[in-house]
Amino acid sequence: MDDLIADFVAECREMLEALGGEIVAWEANPDDRARLDSIFRFVHTVKGNCGFFDFPRLEALSHAAEDALADCRAGRRQADGILVSAVLAVIDRIGEMIAAIDAGEAIPDGDDSDLIDALAPGAEGPAIQAPIAVDVGGKGNATPRTIRLSVELLDRVMSGVSDMVLARNELARRLREAPTEVPVDSAFERLSGIIAEMRDAITRTRMQRIENLFVALPRMVRDLSTELGKQVLVDIDGGDVELDREMIEMIRDPLTHIIRNAVDHGIETPAERIKAGKREIGLLAVSARQSGNQILIEIADDGKGIDGGKLVEKALANGVIEADVSKGLSRSEQLALIFEAGLSTAKEVTAISGRGVGMDVVRSNVERIGGVVELDSTPGKGTRMILRVPLTLTIIPALTVSIGSQHFAIPRSAIEEIVRANGGSVTLERIGGAGVATIRGRRVPEVALADVLGLPSDVRDEDRTLVVLRPAGGDVYALAVDRIHDHEELVVKPAAPAVMATGLYAGTTLADDGSPILLFDPAGVAQVGGVMLETAERGGRGVEAPVATSSNEVPVLLFRGLDGARRALRLGVVDRIEEVSCDAIRPSAGQLRVQLGEAILPLAGVEKPDELEGKVRVFRLNDGNHEIGYAFREVVDLMSIDREVIPADVPGAVNGVTLIGGEPAELVDAHWLFAEYLGASARPQTQLVCRLPEGDAWMQNMLRPIVEAAGYLVIGERDELAADITIVSHGEAVEGDQDGRVLRLATDPDAVDGKDSIYRYDRTGLLLALKSASAGRR
Amino acid sequence: MNELLLIVSIAGSRVALPAAAVESVVELESLIPVPRAPNHVAGLSALRSRVLTVIDCKHSLELGVTELNDGNLHEAAVVELDGHHYALTVDAVEDVVEAMSDPTPIRAAMGAGWERVSKGMVETEEGPLLLVDIAAIVAGPGSEARAA
Repeated sequence: MDDLIADFVAECREMLEALGGEIVAWEANPDDRARLDSIFRFVHTVKGNCGFFDFPRLEALSHAAEDALADCRAGRRQADGILVSAVLAVIDRIGEMIAAIDAGEAIPDGDDSDLIDALAPGAEGPAIQAPIAVDVGGKGNATPRTIRLSVELLDRVMSGVSDMVLARNELARRLREAPTEVPVDSAFERLSGIIAEMRDAITRTRMQRIENLFVALPRMVRDLSTELGKQVLVDIDGGDVELDREMIEMIRDPLTHIIRNAVDHGIETPAERIKAGKREIGLLAVSARQSGNQILIEIADDGKGIDGGKLVEKALANGVIEADVSKGLSRSEQLALIFEAGLSTAKEVTAISGRGVGMDVVRSNVERIGGVVELDSTPGKGTRMILRVPLTLTIIPALTVSIGSQHFAIPRSAIEEIVRANGGSVTLERIGGAGVATIRGRRVPEVALADVLGLPSDVRDEDRTLVVLRPAGGDVYALAVDRIHDHEELVVKPAAPAVMATGLYAGTTLADDGSPILLFDPAGVAQVGGVMLETAERGGRGVEAPVATSSNEVPVLLFRGLDGARRALRLGVVDRIEEVSCDAIRPSAGQLRVQLGEAILPLAGVEKPDELEGKVRVFRLNDGNHEIGYAFREVVDLMSIDREVIPADVPGAVNGVTLIGGEPAELVDAHWLFAEYLGASARPQTQLVCRLPEGDAWMQNMLRPIVEAAGYLVIGERDELAADITIVSHGEAVEGDQDGRVLRLATDPDAVDGKDSIYRYDRTGLLLALKSASAGRR
Repeated sequence: MNELLLIVSIAGSRVALPAAAVESVVELESLIPVPRAPNHVAGLSALRSRVLTVIDCKHSLELGVTELNDGNLHEAAVVELDGHHYALTVDAVEDVVEAMSDPTPIRAAMGAGWERVSKGMVETEEGPLLLVDIAAIVAGPGSEARAA
């Protein structure tokens, strides 16, 4: 009997969860037969089971709801807001009773006649109604074929598979040591493949569709907006994205809080909206999508946005920031204040969102699971929040480092950059015993990991490597480690309480060879190391600007192209990396294009489109307005260019070569890529064109940037575009019949003759000529 | 009361652990130290794909330090507590016997360390033995001060 009740409770729970969205959608469209049917099915199931289990109170309730809904189905009655609220109230009561049954308690005595009466035709509604429209993606609730499993069993299978992987690694080591025959090797290869496949499959069993999280949102927003007298349309997208089930639980609260905030503080009342010239119904868009090994959950509203000035005032009043600091804050820094503890912009604390749980808690919760919260808000237009969370809770990309002979891991998400302590742009100083590192003009507190841990280390301070960390919710500091080893994806498990109590560690993990590694908590290390994280950095940016200009280190992403060549791209233009199947790449409308999600982008970096197979990795490059893709084989590392770039002779996809990490690498010319691949279609109509001789290195390297900065598209002699201005060296003949203006540059100031001739280092004259040519065009 | 007990010797004394709590007995090879952890946490070790937190029982009882990284194998009892796995270092694992009585308080004066981890005395075929509280030995010295 107990088993049967447990099954009944589980079944009801599942249906209740799915129902939240259905019922609101039904209210928006009372004629929707499919939704009516699924709600009816629920109360019908409850009623049927109650008779069997002898729960009279539940039975009476579900019976009444069933009758009312049956009338609607038979067309005897029209579903209206009052009926929907009454049915909702009944379903809530059923949920409470089921919770009581689940807890093993008897259903408390009570009177449900108020709810039952409310179901009768012509009854007064139990709550005030606000019209609400919901778009939950049209499809009904088809139940997939599933079974319920305990997480414990899954975990056991998972750890079995992990053991198998370790055993395989061990076997692989042994096989490498002893000479083996080919059949043995191939059998082992097969076994390896199967194990890898199994690990993938078992990891996926922990995945859950994010729909489980989203399904409750329409109901929540409905209740909230009713309470606040607002009208909100919820648009949910991407419910089929899958996420680790524990992860879903971890982001449930932050997500709920952000949505509450959006409805409470973001979206205005209908009257205010009409006054502001907006539709009276506010729009709240919640969407999820996968990008690489991250899930992006975006919550956007079209409400009044965040008032940065008010945030600053509030932060000043609460003593979060100092008055002199507040003046120099940029808009994004003002907005970032919302994440500081003890800030709430609402004038008074409402029941909805000001419950002492602030955005600071949201951020720290998200960061605890290795995620990031991004915020973007335009006053009057709305607010957009993006939660970036890793795909699984347990697999954390980490950097392994060592002190002496012991290895440790640092979560990648906290690492800003890695520099050598003896590098040219770094100086280490001791100020009153405390370490201060100056990295490209920025002063950051420095601690030696060996000192924090109390471990012996024979590496001198200046031979160490500095890992610049930005812990969750704190400011940067530099951690000096003896050696940097590897980037690894580690399966992290919580450590024993005695270990966690040190405050230094976030968990433990096993390295490839099966030995345990401790994973640091960057904030904890800072605390134990005595680094003040709060407010240390915000006011300390002063030294940055003047020194930064003298440093010409450019961060680049070093990678191998599809043709195997070592190339580098300036990091700034790379938006993100995506992996696509080669089917998504095909020539269309005159060039090779790749489909990334819903966008179709021009694709560069492919020499032989016919030879693509399997998965292809693609950089998504962004110039602020347009995107293009760049296919590549693998990322080598993040580096910086500290050496001279030897420019290419001919403009093209590569604008020069330089030494990176001791080996030459081609530097990809992002500007050329955009110019070439976006083609004429994306060029603004008023794009000015300047013709420069292709073979002239001075023109290409010195002059070209100036011309481009002036808003010109630079083309070569053989290009067929009509040029607005053509620049040639003094004395050179202008080829053919050039349209537009011709400018001749002289190498000698004395050789200047006439209006269209300019000494080549006469910058002002040059700019003036460029400008006047563009003015003539318009 | 026929609870099974695992007889082990710690710091030269024979004591009993509830056998049901002991998952296995392992030989520890190498240890990864945990800097800054309490002293009785000797380090981490891996048992198949699990990480074991190694507790130096001698240290936990404030009876000295076990030299674990001397290249020899050390016997340890693996227990689970609140979802975490611990390896308790012991001098030797001797036998499994049946308890013949419920634990009774020991009225004689014991060492402070033993006092803290004692669950009382149980009668066995091999005479009376001290029943050790695993949670207390894992918590180590100073845990009472923290709890207070």
